[in-house]
Amino acid sequence: MQYLPNILFVVVLLIGTGYFAKNVGKLRRNILLGKDTDVSDDRPTRWRNMLRIAFGQSKMVVRPVAGLLHVIVYVGFVIINIEVLEIVIDGIFGTHRVFSGLGPVYDFLIASFEILAFLVIISVVAFWVRRNIIKLQRFLKPEMKGWPKKDGNLILYIELVLMFLFLTMNAADFRLQQLGAEHYLQAGSFPVSQYISNWFIGMDIPSLIFLERTAWWLHIVGILFFLNYLYFSKHLHILLAFPNTFYGKLGPKGKFNNLEAVTREVKLMMNPNVDPFAAPDDAGDVPSKFGASDVMDLSWVQLLNAYTCTECGRCTSECPANQTGKKLSPRKIMMDTRDRLEEVGKILDANKGEFKEDGKQLLDDYITREELWACTSCNACVEACPVSIDPLSIIMDMRQYLVMEQSAAPSDLNNMMGNIENNGAPWPFNQMDRLNWSKES
Amino acid sequence: MTDTIKVPTMAEMFAAGEKPEVLFWVGCAGSFDDRAKRITKAFVKILNKAKISFAVLGTEESCTGDPAKRAGNEFLFQMQAVTNIEVLNAYEIQKIVTACPHCFNTIKNEYPGLGGSYEVVHHTQFLKELLKEGRIAMEGGTFKGKRITFHDPCYLGRANGVYEAPRELIRKLDAELVEMKSCKQRGLCCGAGGAQMFKEPEKGNKDVNIERTEQALETTPDIIAAGCPFCNTMMTDGVKHKEREADIKVMDIAELIAAAEDL
Ligand code: SF4
Ligand code: SF4
Repeated sequence: MQYLPNILFVVVLLIGTGYFAKNVGKLRRNILLGKDTDVSDDRPTRWRNMLRIAFGQSKMVVRPVAGLLHVIVYVGFVIINIEVLEIVIDGIFGTHRVFSGLGPVYDFLIASFEILAFLVIISVVAFWVRRNIIKLQRFLKPEMKGWPKKDGNLILYIELVLMFLFLTMNAADFRLQQLGAEHYLQAGSFPVSQYISNWFIGMDIPSLIFLERTAWWLHIVGILFFLNYLYFSKHLHILLAFPNTFYGKLGPKGKFNNLEAVTREVKLMMNPNVDPFAAPDDAGDVPSKFGASDVMDLSWVQLLNAYTCTECGRCTSECPANQTGKKLSPRKIMMDTRDRLEEVGKILDANKGEFKEDGKQLLDDYITREELWACTSCNACVEACPVSIDPLSIIMDMRQYLVMEQSAAPSDLNNMMGNIENNGAPWPFNQMDRLNWSKES
Repeated sequence: MTDTIKVPTMAEMFAAGEKPEVLFWVGCAGSFDDRAKRITKAFVKILNKAKISFAVLGTEESCTGDPAKRAGNEFLFQMQAVTNIEVLNAYEIQKIVTACPHCFNTIKNEYPGLGGSYEVVHHTQFLKELLKEGRIAMEGGTFKGKRITFHDPCYLGRANGVYEAPRELIRKLDAELVEMKSCKQRGLCCGAGGAQMFKEPEKGNKDVNIERTEQALETTPDIIAAGCPFCNTMMTDGVKHKEREADIKVMDIAELIAAAEDL
């Protein structure tokens, strides 16, 4: 009987982490539905980007208020993991405050957790106010209705509850230490919860222990719940921001990939020594399709992007098309990609890992042509994203599909392309007139 | 203003056994668009005055393929690119200067993968170099007291990180450089990129160039400076739309310098 809490704890822990592991597996499988892409270049820069952007939050501070609040919550999250480690060890072995042997270091740690917890509470409240009272523009776009809005708030509520539980647990513990309760050794310093503990004055030891245990259990169960909530939420970015910034685009933003399959074909056509009719049919190399109409046509990095998107809307608020009232929102492009990928994942789950056509695709069913054609390829969204997401690359791949597979460009663009083909300029002027300007006064 | 300009072509130079220091890539807009042709000529006047050895491809130049690529036509883009690269390589071109950020970006970033590697500079970078080396001199003074705001072309700024060269040149003019609320990394597009120049915009509340012009007008400028022929057109249209063309001019950096030097 004595070991019942330990056993119970281990069971809860296994369920919590097991379910999470299962979903991580699914996540991995879904991301790898994307096409292979070579990201093995320039590792040093990639590591540096990850350290600077994900770990160092360098892009967050572009917006100082949100940036500062975010850094607090982020640091709070990272540091509090040490506390979680202690809770897990205590839970398994039935110890209490197992790290307390660290003495003054432990006092310092606990004190900083408490202060951080307090700051996190303030930040979370500020975030909530920004979302729900001030109603910042970028949280009100059409794509933010329903689940995305709820998700954003739920995360804040969960964080708030977790922080309160943590402080309550410490406050009760502090009271118990003062009363010299057995098992509750004197350890830690409690700059915040000591004030909360004043409310518990007069409570007897058994009730305090009950309170402390309840808060402790709810706290760790809450953390396990939160861990498992991640997969269903934009909050996945707290994990994926790291690989995503690592695999993010390098080099100048204006440099778009040259499709290799096209290069081969063009070289073949341009080479006068090759008889085009005798050209060997190396169909194996030619992709079955140019561009992207569904998630499987995108690269796995683009799919990783979709799962990493935090729906912060910084991209959308910088997008010139969006600012002038057009339907395009780069955030929506990312959310649509994720939604469709999840849908495809569900089809795989239901059919033993095999994909069965469901008559839907990313193009038209999620992302409309009107959105795609509104993009000016200005890279404002790419620049704005705090976690190195490239919505523009998806837009371009889908345009490629529209033009190269469906010949479905707007007619003006067809004219432009016809002109380039025939006259070497996007306008209907004769190439032989190219130098006329030098003779005109 | 002098009107005679010397524009040697690569073919002539090659025939004479000469090699220019730099190839001036004029671009489609710079060759055919009436407004942009004035930018081209202003730049050539500066080159002439400084006695820079340059040449143009003339009728051998063709669209870089930028609008085709960004519209999604990778095939047409690569056809254009490979054709241009053949010409450039045949002339053993090493350094290219262009007044169009779209040509600049495409040749600099996308041609190397197709066999065309050159040193590519934007004309503002080139002029800055010349100034630093003392090969052109700028008096300044003409624009003293004038408020100039610079509109960052996306394909020069965000796409390639060139923010300072045009600004340095403006400061050299003795003018007062005033920044818009969205500038440099956060500059707002003029609305022409990504092949938008060649089609009607999608439905919205307003056109992008109007929004951008409004941002420019907030700085109460005398001149809106640009470094791209497409931005120039978009901003000029914006200023007209706001009925401010009488008191606000839209000018390319090359035109500013040519005007300051009374070329
Ligand atoms: S690149 Fe396209 S989607 Fe991104 S901000 Fe610019 S216009 Fe919007
Ligand atoms: S793509 Fe980046 S900037 Fe846009 S909403 Fe997602 S995380 Fe935010």
